[in-house]
Formats: sequence, structure tokens, C-alpha cells
Amino acid sequence: MIAAGFNRAQWGYAVLVVVGLAAPFYVYPVFAMNVLCLALFASAFNLLLGYSGLLSFGHAAFLGAGGYVTLEVIRAWRLPIELAIIVGTVVAVLLGIIFGALAIRRSGIYFAMITLGFAQVVYFLVLQMPWTGGEDGLQGVSRGKLLGIVNLQGNLAMYYFVYAVFLAGFWIIHRTIHSPFGHVLRAIRENEPRAISLGYDVDRYKLLAFVISAGLSGLAGSMKALVVQSANLSDVHWHRSGAVVLMTLLGGMGTTLGPSVGALIVAALENYLASYGSWIAVITGGVFIACVLAFRRGIVGEIRALVKRSF
Amino acid sequence: MRRAFSNMALGGILILIGTAAAVAQVSGDVVKIGVLTDMTGAYSDLAGQGSVIAAQMAAEDFGGKVLGKPIVIISADHQNKADVASNIARKWYDEEQVDAIADLVSSSTALAVMPVAAEKKRITLISGAASTPIEGEKCTAYNVHYTYNTYSMAVGTGRAVVQKGGKTWFFIVADYVFGKTLEADTSKVVIASGGKVLGDVKAPFPTTDFSSYLLQAQASGAQIIGLANAGADTINAIKQANEFGITKKQSLAGLLVFLSDIHSLGLPVAKGMYLTTAFYWDRNGESRKWSKRFFERHKKMPTMVQAGVYSSLTHYFNAIKAAGTDDADKVMAKMKQMPVNDFFARNGHIGADGLHRHDMYLAQVKSPAESKYPWDYYKIVKTIPAPEAFQPPDPICPQVKK
Repeated sequence: MIAAGFNRAQWGYAVLVVVGLAAPFYVYPVFAMNVLCLALFASAFNLLLGYSGLLSFGHAAFLGAGGYVTLEVIRAWRLPIELAIIVGTVVAVLLGIIFGALAIRRSGIYFAMITLGFAQVVYFLVLQMPWTGGEDGLQGVSRGKLLGIVNLQGNLAMYYFVYAVFLAGFWIIHRTIHSPFGHVLRAIRENEPRAISLGYDVDRYKLLAFVISAGLSGLAGSMKALVVQSANLSDVHWHRSGAVVLMTLLGGMGTTLGPSVGALIVAALENYLASYGSWIAVITGGVFIACVLAFRRGIVGEIRALVKRSF
Repeated sequence: MRRAFSNMALGGILILIGTAAAVAQVSGDVVKIGVLTDMTGAYSDLAGQGSVIAAQMAAEDFGGKVLGKPIVIISADHQNKADVASNIARKWYDEEQVDAIADLVSSSTALAVMPVAAEKKRITLISGAASTPIEGEKCTAYNVHYTYNTYSMAVGTGRAVVQKGGKTWFFIVADYVFGKTLEADTSKVVIASGGKVLGDVKAPFPTTDFSSYLLQAQASGAQIIGLANAGADTINAIKQANEFGITKKQSLAGLLVFLSDIHSLGLPVAKGMYLTTAFYWDRNGESRKWSKRFFERHKKMPTMVQAGVYSSLTHYFNAIKAAGTDDADKVMAKMKQMPVNDFFARNGHIGADGLHRHDMYLAQVKSPAESKYPWDYYKIVKTIPAPEAFQPPDPICPQVKK
């Protein structure tokens, strides 16, 4: 048997990787890239919500900061794109350290409010600072060349670059979740006092999870900004923080694949219903309500429960 | 005789080849126009569905075909968001073979779409957006800024108000590129005409509650409160200023006011206001004739933006016909070479910077007593000739050769 070393889940992942490789030939590449960026963003968010039980309501700040910084360093300092992405991600990590260190002192709704507050600070900074372009955002920045060789101006080349970054990011999240560190996070989520009594420095774990999540969100933001060659206020707006909660819940909180599925659904709704204009918000709201009422574990969560029951 | 015949035959064959070649020159065998506008937000009244109708009329009036290929009009709502606009534009250019995007109301969306269009070598025909950077530092080789800009508004309204004695100004500014350029352009005109600018306050776009901004304006003691905003923002600001009684001591100057705004405000509130416009439906026989046809379909008289969409598209179709191709470079060259002569503009010229320079009109809103029939809102005070209404090409734009 060729499949000797592969279990069922690994086969599933292998199929998904192939689907991802073939995707740009069947759907519009820019749309596919957007989905990948949002999927990475939602997966990073899920690391916090699904595995640590921390509901951040300010993740747009990291996404937006990554995007704005990446484009600005390309424009102002003419940095090559791989360096620019790293700078964008590092800035998101630094923001994550600052926000995280203060926010994790509280939990529940207070945690959410503190993160929202910080995100609003970032929003208004972006709105008012001279280099961010206010309502206009940053525009018309070239994607440039990867390592000085591969021209990313073409959609197909850019897609595979984004795909590679997505897989790397996804792998980091997957490893984090399934490492001893991830198990401690889950222990904290389930019963924090007990984790403390077992001798874990809970705050350090929470902070590290927060920073990883922020950094990967920043990475997603950098990629997203490069894909559309612009960074805009809607990337840092609290709507975006709300959308990522929606994606995660829709796909299935605390499942590895759930957030990506949720991102795909939300992005597809936005893309294919674009002609309905602001009605999209009403429709996604309706989908959200239906999801919360009908299948609380999210799409992937429900499927997983179904599979567990049947086999 | 034989020779004449063979010449004729040769000529005939050449014509056939010529048309065949021309037909082959239209990409995708269809000329596709995307109207990208605000369908539901603050600018939906002055552009929105009316712009789509204007585009459809332009296609129909041109016979529905150019170079024998059908003209298709599609539309979408950009919600005044730059990212939504650039995403739709990218998709249109990549996936749906859209040849040109028209309207683009609100400067942030226009400035977001222009670089995408330039990268894809497709055309943008901006009618709704106003900022001067569109033909200045942000200009592209594939853009036409057709209807008006903030400079022309400043020259028209700003100067007229100062000349009527409004010497001291305070601005309420929509906090994005449009509001800021409108304020900057107007300030220059006010100072050049002997007035003084006392200060400004920036309000986010869109705003529904202007009370705190209006109180700052009141406290400034300026004679004139300049409203560097547009659409629903202007309407809200004017209505609230009236409710607060600010207009008893200070006067409002709407720096960008559309016919649709006057219609919403009503003449009792708006009477006596000066405004600058590129188009007024009741200006002459030609404009009346077109506007009445438009009215039958939209149930509202056209704003200058909507008339501009029609006129810019007609000019675009004519350019395709003259160039014998829809290739963006050749069509742009023709558009810049051919003058615009229709109900919208007399002897309009599109410069190297993409700005369409044509006459503008200073108008005053009629009082309810002067208004004789529905939509009878303006009296045209004077015509501002094109060289005065628009700035000369700015060398900051790379297309402008010194």
C-alpha cells in the first residue's frame, strides 16, 4: 500500500493542497489570493479564539498594520518585497506584544473591549497620519519581483507565491496547535485556575499565543495588500475585526480547517454578490444568524461531529 | 473604362479589407463599458442609477454598436470605498473584458481605480470625482477627467462669493482628498480675490451630525462658512445650519452643489445660493431636449455628473469610430485630438493631462417665487470660459510635456 504512512486526515490535506494548486485555473486568481489571505488571517485569529479562548475584537489592526507598512516600505524605501513582507510582519508582532501585554490581564468581554480600543487607536492613526493617505489609502504600489527574479505582476506567479506563504503560515498554526504548547493553551481555555495550579505561567502562554496570532495576521495583511496593490481604511476598520469573528464561527471555531472554509464563504459572498452593494452586509448577517441557530459548531465542526458519530 | 472598373474593384476590396481589419480590432468583439458608481450611499443621488441610465442612453443613441460591434453597459456599486472600487475594476478588466470604466464618483475611488486601469492599459472616464490631483501628481495616460474639478468650483463659487462681500471664510471639510483639495483650491482663490481664511475643521466622510462642526464655524465669526463637501454631506450641513439659526448671521457657501442637492433642500432653504456647474438642464434648447428624454427614464432631471457620463461615453464611442479600433492608446490619442461638441460642452478639449477643459457656469438658485415649473432652479449668472475655469496643465503630471 502506498498509503501506508498516510492516515485519513493526511490524505484529506493532500487533496486540499492539490485543489489549491489547481485553483487559479478554475477561478479568478485575484479572488483566490484574497481567499488565501483571509483564510490565513482567520486561521491566525482562530489560534486565539478557538484554542486559547480569547476573543480579540481588534485583529484588523494587525492585518491593516502589516499591509500599510509593507506597501509604505516598498514605496518609500524601495525595499524588495520579501523584506517588505518581513518588516510588515515584524511591525504586527511588535503591535501584538504591546496590545497583548496589556490585554491579557483581563479576560472575556473586557479583553475584547481592550483589543477593540487599541484597534480603534490604530484606525485613527491610519486615518490621520500623513503617510497613510487617509480615506484614499495607499495605492498603485507595484508587486515587484520575488528575490529579484520572478516577476509577480502576473496573477499566476503571484498566486503561487501567496499560496506558498499561506501553506507556510498554515503549517506554523498547525504545528502550534498540535505541540505541547497548543495543549497547554487548550488547558488554559478549559480551566485557567487549574492550569495555574499545575504550575504553568498562564500569562506567558497567552501572550505568546497572542503574538503569534498577531504576527500571522500581519503576514496575511502584507500579502493581501500586495495582491490588490493597495492598503485601505477598511483593512483596519472594526468591520474587518468583526468579519474575522464571523469567518471563524461560520467555518468552525477550534477546528484547523474551519476558519479557511469560513473565509472562503465570506469572500465568495462578497465577490459574487458585489452587484448588490451594501446589501452584502445584510446577507452575510442573515447567513451568520442561520449558522448560529442551525449549526453552532460551524460548518467544519458539524461535519467533524457527523463523521465521528457515523464511524 | 476597364481601368476605372478595376480601380473601383480594387477600392472596393480595400474598403472590405479595411472594415474587416477594423472589425478585428475590437477586443472581445464587444465594446464593454463598466459604470462604477455609488448606488446607495451619500453620492447615489447625484450619480448612481442616473449615471447608469445616462450610459445606457449614450449606447442606444449611438445605435447600440460601434465599428459593427455591440456596446454593452454593466454597472456596480463601489460603496465609496477605495478597496471595493479597485477590486471591482481589477475583476472587470481581468475577467470581463471591460474596455472603459465610467463615472467613478468620489475621488478616493477614482484614485484607486486609475492605477489599476493604467496598469491594464484600459481607459477611465471620470465624471463624478473632482480632485485636481487626478490630472496632477496622480495623473495617468489612460484617464479623462471629464465633467468638472475642484479648481473650477473654487474659481466659480469662491470668487463670486468674495466679490459679493464675503471676505472672511471658515471651511467645513470632508476629510479625504476631495474635501482637502477643494478647500486648498478655494482658499487660494479667496486670498487672491482679497478675502481671508480664518480656519477650518475636518469632518469624516460621510457625516450625518454636523452640529459640533457648525458650532466651531459659528465661533470663528467668519462671514462665510465654506462647505468643502458634497452630496448628502452638503445637504445635511445646510439643513442643520438652518435649524441652528446660523444662517441668520453667517452665510453658507456650498462649494460643490448639484441639482439633486437643491432638489432635496428645496428652494426656500437654498434660495440665493451661488454655485458652479458644468451643466444645467434648462440652459438651452439642446440641453433641454436631452434632459427631458433623461427625465422620462429616471424621473429626475440630470445632474452635471450624469450628463457628463453620457457626453464622455459618446465622445469615447466617436473616438473608437475615428480610430477604427478600441485599442486604448489609439482611442486616447483620438479623444485628446477631437474637440467635444454636444449638448454638454462647446469646443471642449481634453489636454495631455487628461483634463477636459470646457466652459463652466456660475448659477444662482432661484427663490420659490421665481421658479415657474418643476426643476426650474437655477439662473445662469455668467459663463466662465474654459481657460479661466480650469487650471493650465500641471508639469507635475508626466504626460504634460514642457
